[in-house]
Amino acid sequence: MDFRLTGDQRALQAGVRALLEGRFGRERLRAAVGKPGPGPNPPLDRALWRELGDAGFFALRLPAKDGGVGLGLPEAVLAFEEAGRALLPGPLVATHLAAGTLPGAATGESVVTWVDGELVEWLDAADCVLGPGNAAGAVPVRSVDPLTPLHRVPAGADGARAAPAPGAACRSEAAVAALLTAAEQLGSAARTTEAAVQYAGEREQFGRSIGAFQAVKQLCAQMLVRTEVTRSAVYGAAVTGDPVEIAGAKLLADDAAVRNARDCLQVHGGMGFTWEADVHLHLKRAWVRAERWPTAGEAADVLAGALL
Amino acid sequence: MDLTYTEEEQDFRARLREWLAAALPTLPPRPDPLDWPARRAYDTAWQRRLYDAGYAGLHWPADAGGRGATPTQHLIFLEETELAGAPYVGANFVGLLHAGPTIAAEGTPEQRARWLPPILSGDEVWCQGFSEPDAGSDLASLRTRAVRDGDTYIVTGSKIWTSHAEVADWCELLVRTEPVSAAVPRHRGITWLAMPMNAPGVTVRPLRTLTGTAEFAEMFLDEVRVPVANRVGDENDGWRVTMVTLFFERGTAFVGEVVACRRTLRALAAAARANGRWDDQELRRTLGRLNAEFTALWRLTQWNVSAAQRTGGAQGVPGNGGSVFKLRYSHARQELYDAAARVLGPGSLDLSHDWTPDRLSSLSYTIAAGTSQIQWNIVAERILGLPKGR
Ligand SMILES: Cc1cc2nc3c(=O)[nH]c(=O)nc-3n(C[C@H](O)[C@H](O)[C@H](O)COP(=O)(O)OP(=O)(O)OC[C@H]3O[C@@H](n4cnc5c(N)ncnc54)[C@H](O)[C@@H]3O)c2cc1C
Repeated sequence: MDFRLTGDQRALQAGVRALLEGRFGRERLRAAVGKPGPGPNPPLDRALWRELGDAGFFALRLPAKDGGVGLGLPEAVLAFEEAGRALLPGPLVATHLAAGTLPGAATGESVVTWVDGELVEWLDAADCVLGPGNAAGAVPVRSVDPLTPLHRVPAGADGARAAPAPGAACRSEAAVAALLTAAEQLGSAARTTEAAVQYAGEREQFGRSIGAFQAVKQLCAQMLVRTEVTRSAVYGAAVTGDPVEIAGAKLLADDAAVRNARDCLQVHGGMGFTWEADVHLHLKRAWVRAERWPTAGEAADVLAGALL
Repeated sequence: MDLTYTEEEQDFRARLREWLAAALPTLPPRPDPLDWPARRAYDTAWQRRLYDAGYAGLHWPADAGGRGATPTQHLIFLEETELAGAPYVGANFVGLLHAGPTIAAEGTPEQRARWLPPILSGDEVWCQGFSEPDAGSDLASLRTRAVRDGDTYIVTGSKIWTSHAEVADWCELLVRTEPVSAAVPRHRGITWLAMPMNAPGVTVRPLRTLTGTAEFAEMFLDEVRVPVANRVGDENDGWRVTMVTLFFERGTAFVGEVVACRRTLRALAAAARANGRWDDQELRRTLGRLNAEFTALWRLTQWNVSAAQRTGGAQGVPGNGGSVFKLRYSHARQELYDAAARVLGPGSLDLSHDWTPDRLSSLSYTIAAGTSQIQWNIVAERILGLPKGR
């Protein structure tokens, strides 16, 4: 047993982080977010999508003989964790899952989204829609997340979320999607922890840095605990690929991402409530990801069932 | 990231399982929790069995009487003994998990030869005399005084919350050898002594906990003479000596318990199914969330053990990472037994059900070995690097 990142895995992690800092750093992020207010949905940056394709982001798990990178779920999890940190927009999980089955997905020439419930992300931008649901008749929603356009499938349509369809292939696809979403949430939770700690060390009140106040320390410590427990859960699930463990990872990761973003906001005071600070972007995206299958209740049902 | 066990590790597991399967059925019945001498006899007899079979001090270095096993083998040992329902370390806790490792790390060859073998064989039981009535979280403010008189220290003061002091042979004692002053900061002036519990002047008065049993005691020390030869480390260097190993309590100390909690959780689900409370969606989902929680804590344990393995840390899981684990685990354990109470319904008020006393004792987990508030401070200051404060 050696449940730690290998040298190659650490290199991959650093490589993806550097790639995203170069291609989608803070300036690009803020430019993409733009100003609040009504307007057309943000377009998907096709050039960035192809760059991600070139870098192997979508083809990561495809065998080398099929033009992929030939890596496994743990490596994909590390890459998606970085995407979550960087708030990288777009239907990353669906396009990654489609690599190898849908032409152009692996290279980032196609944009693929997924429907399995009431909400569909990036429907207008997508070349193709996968998943057990049906996006026909979906109407646009004023998305809370400025970087995730959403459509809503009308009630009663056959897009309503089912427990992942009986076909084993589909179920395992849904589980991988849940795991990669959990990895994005983990990256976000780690990032907001860092942001809170950094701000707590810089901002001064009452003649000392606010990080010296125990109430602030406690918030930061709890953020780290959530992050590290989630990391073990997500990495463990990536190694075993066990669907119940994946449901647990998603449950903990959703909780960590949402609560860490909220605590980060609190640590930033009034600054945390502004459009300029990035923390609201983390919170809003975390909310969007938490709605993906399995939601907290759905995950808890899976996990409870496994106890019997 | 690899969660598979090597052939050697699997082999170790198989042999251990075989031994446990043969050894456990021959154990005497569990003692009455109110009868400490019987508990000591039971716990030390089990330790003796482990010793004879070569499983005592598994992960201790060979020159400390251990087997030099890897952290992963130690993890397997803790997992398998719990899965098999073997006795918990019990009265051997302080000797095996704290005083022993401290002596192994900081003691002289003579001290190691004197004290370590009887810890491993279960012949001698240790307790930990750190906390005082006025020095709990702020341990460094301790006031029990030791004054040098030739080749002995004369120790006067009082200790409190000393677990299983009633049946201990030795006490790892922190004393003040230099009063705090402008020149001597609080963490200086503290010295680590091994005090024989039968020395004249030692009075132990058991304290009843809220579970109804006497798990810990007050200790009054009235001019107790402790040989200078019983000092581990230098005079006034006891704080450092203690910190070398204090964090082990927060590392692998709870491995067996996490395994046990996962089993309890399955038993809760089965009980809820049997009594109809499983139909309560909220309760069912609480159990589901706890499943995620304890699975993650198990993975975190494997993560920490793997780190120890890589750094060659033969002693287990050192460092502040243990604080992250302890914080989450102690709260999760309390949630688990709160869930048990919901499964039991009105039956949760009946002490004859195991889960009721377990629920009561879970309340100590966020206090003992450093309260949650103190752990949050440790995480914030030592891991996150936030400024120190009082
Ligand atoms: C079951 C059990 C077994 C024990 N066994 C032993 C043993 O064998 N040997 C031994 O030496 N000790 C033992 N202890 C003692 C234990 O280590 C102390 O209880 C613990 O360190 C807390 O100290 P205290 O009880 O004095 O509480 P206090 O330190 O008085 O704390 C009271 C409250 O104030 C909070 N607080 C204190 N300081 C701060 C701070 N700086 N910031 C924020 N909050 C703070 C605490 O978190 C707590 O909520 C045991 C305790 C228990 C419950």
